[in-house]
Amino acid sequence: MILAVKDLNVAYGNILALHGVSFDVEEGEIVTLIGANGAGKSTSLRAISGLVRARGGKIMYHSQEITRTTAHNIVRMGIGHVPEGRKIFANLTVAENLEMGAYTRRDGLEAAFERVFKSFPRLKERLKQNAGTLSGGEQQMLAMGRALMATPKLLLLDEPSMGLSPILVQEIFSIIQEINRQGMTVLLVEQNAYMALQVATRAYVLETGRIVLSGTAAELRENPQVRAAYLGRAV
Amino acid sequence: MRRRFTGGLPFVLISAVVFFALREVLGATEIVNAYWQLILDQAMIITIASIGLSIIYGFCGQFSLGQAAFYGLGAYVAGLISKLYGHGNYGVFLLGLAAATLVAGAVAFLIGMPILRLRSDYLGIATMGFGIIVKVLMDYSNKWVPATGGATGMTGVPQIAKFPVIFIIFFLVALLVRNLRLSSFGRAWMAVRDDEMAADAMGVDTTRVKTLAFVLGCALAGLAGGLYAHRYPIVHPSSFDFLKSFDFLIIVVAGGLGSLSGTIVTGIGWVFLLEVLRAVLGQSFIDFRGVLYALALVLVIIMRPKGLLSGLEWQPLIPRHVPGTTPAAGQAEVATDSSVRGGMPNAGA
Repeated sequence: MILAVKDLNVAYGNILALHGVSFDVEEGEIVTLIGANGAGKSTSLRAISGLVRARGGKIMYHSQEITRTTAHNIVRMGIGHVPEGRKIFANLTVAENLEMGAYTRRDGLEAAFERVFKSFPRLKERLKQNAGTLSGGEQQMLAMGRALMATPKLLLLDEPSMGLSPILVQEIFSIIQEINRQGMTVLLVEQNAYMALQVATRAYVLETGRIVLSGTAAELRENPQVRAAYLGRAV
Repeated sequence: MRRRFTGGLPFVLISAVVFFALREVLGATEIVNAYWQLILDQAMIITIASIGLSIIYGFCGQFSLGQAAFYGLGAYVAGLISKLYGHGNYGVFLLGLAAATLVAGAVAFLIGMPILRLRSDYLGIATMGFGIIVKVLMDYSNKWVPATGGATGMTGVPQIAKFPVIFIIFFLVALLVRNLRLSSFGRAWMAVRDDEMAADAMGVDTTRVKTLAFVLGCALAGLAGGLYAHRYPIVHPSSFDFLKSFDFLIIVVAGGLGSLSGTIVTGIGWVFLLEVLRAVLGQSFIDFRGVLYALALVLVIIMRPKGLLSGLEWQPLIPRHVPGTTPAAGQAEVATDSSVRGGMPNAGA
């Protein structure tokens, strides 16, 4: 098991965002957390990558506890995070953004660039451009490429489809599948449950900070509750 | 990867040599007289301290109002050492400069360590407080060390900082900061400025990186102060009032946040502008100074919101750099890629 989250509690001030959330990810899987706005999907990812502190519970990565590890050390352990809203460095060039992604590595930079260009050829055309001038889809590609520069073992993807046109959503998701086929384990957070359940192996449904449902993606696609609430189809 | 540091460097070196030679000729022919030489030297000194603030605020996005205090700290440390132990000895002068740099950096470290853990503008408040405290301490400093002269100012520091040494130090500082800007430190600073959380997620120890920027920036202010004490006969507390920190702030903002070339051009330009205004307006300049400062800043912000150079860099100084393969090979590959993909829709969302 590459990642195991147990009874995770996270609070912002006095508001509890996660009430004892547990889930796990096996090597080579795409696991998705789906749910409505404010269900705690992003908070789960942020807790894993150390950007918010867990108030209780345990996060295990490769059977090593990382609950209290700082964010910059978690990156070094091989967890890459593509944050919600992309959070690219707008005033740096595309090249510099990618170099920031490789901040923790000392060698193999050229190879990392080549791999990213292979997945995202469009980034190569934009290398000298300031990242803030990219389109939404390109920014998403940059955010993903930036995380891949560190060659993580586990990639946390937060709402990659956000604000993108349907064609671009298709493209981004097929890239996610491609990256996964090359051996990357992915933990995907999505509001677009339809797309997420298409690519994922397994899924968890979050509602107001609790896991209410879990199973293989195929099971959840057929689940009447999921169909009604997240896939917008009558039972 | 080394190429990013050497690219453009010959041109920068040649420019420096040409400038130095030009000054020598103009100085020998008295076109640059002693008065304008003083202004030029001061402009370079002010610019060294401004480059320091440029690291802190321009590159790393940490708002500091303490630059004048660290500048003053450096002036007193280096000035005192030279005055008490140097008596015109050049080695003691250089030692004093080193001490000024180290003391300013050490004090900055003590202030920055607790505050830079926080993600907010507390640094601005803390450095402002520090600036006020330093000014008061300078006013009363003669109680502990009579040689500082307290509120009447310190005189008697040997005036041995001449153009060549100031210019060489100025040049070395610019070169050092240029290389830092092009290194992974520079990128980490700017990443913190653009999005601290994302920088964290890239593996940047943001507290460490911010502390480094602050310590280095303040150390440069200390170094500049040390030079100042040896180029201007009176070291006076009022020269380091916390309001003086706004001078540095104006230079960095007007030069364009994050632009090293902009800070250098504006720093030099600013000091000369003040002298021209003084010549034109005479005594009334002192009274109108505050108004003119504000007016100049407002004009720059309206007409050049990204700074005088519009956020651009002088290319030889900070070249735009593309990693990986050579440009030609890169172009070819891009072309085949897009043809294979059959002209994807260019812009998305």
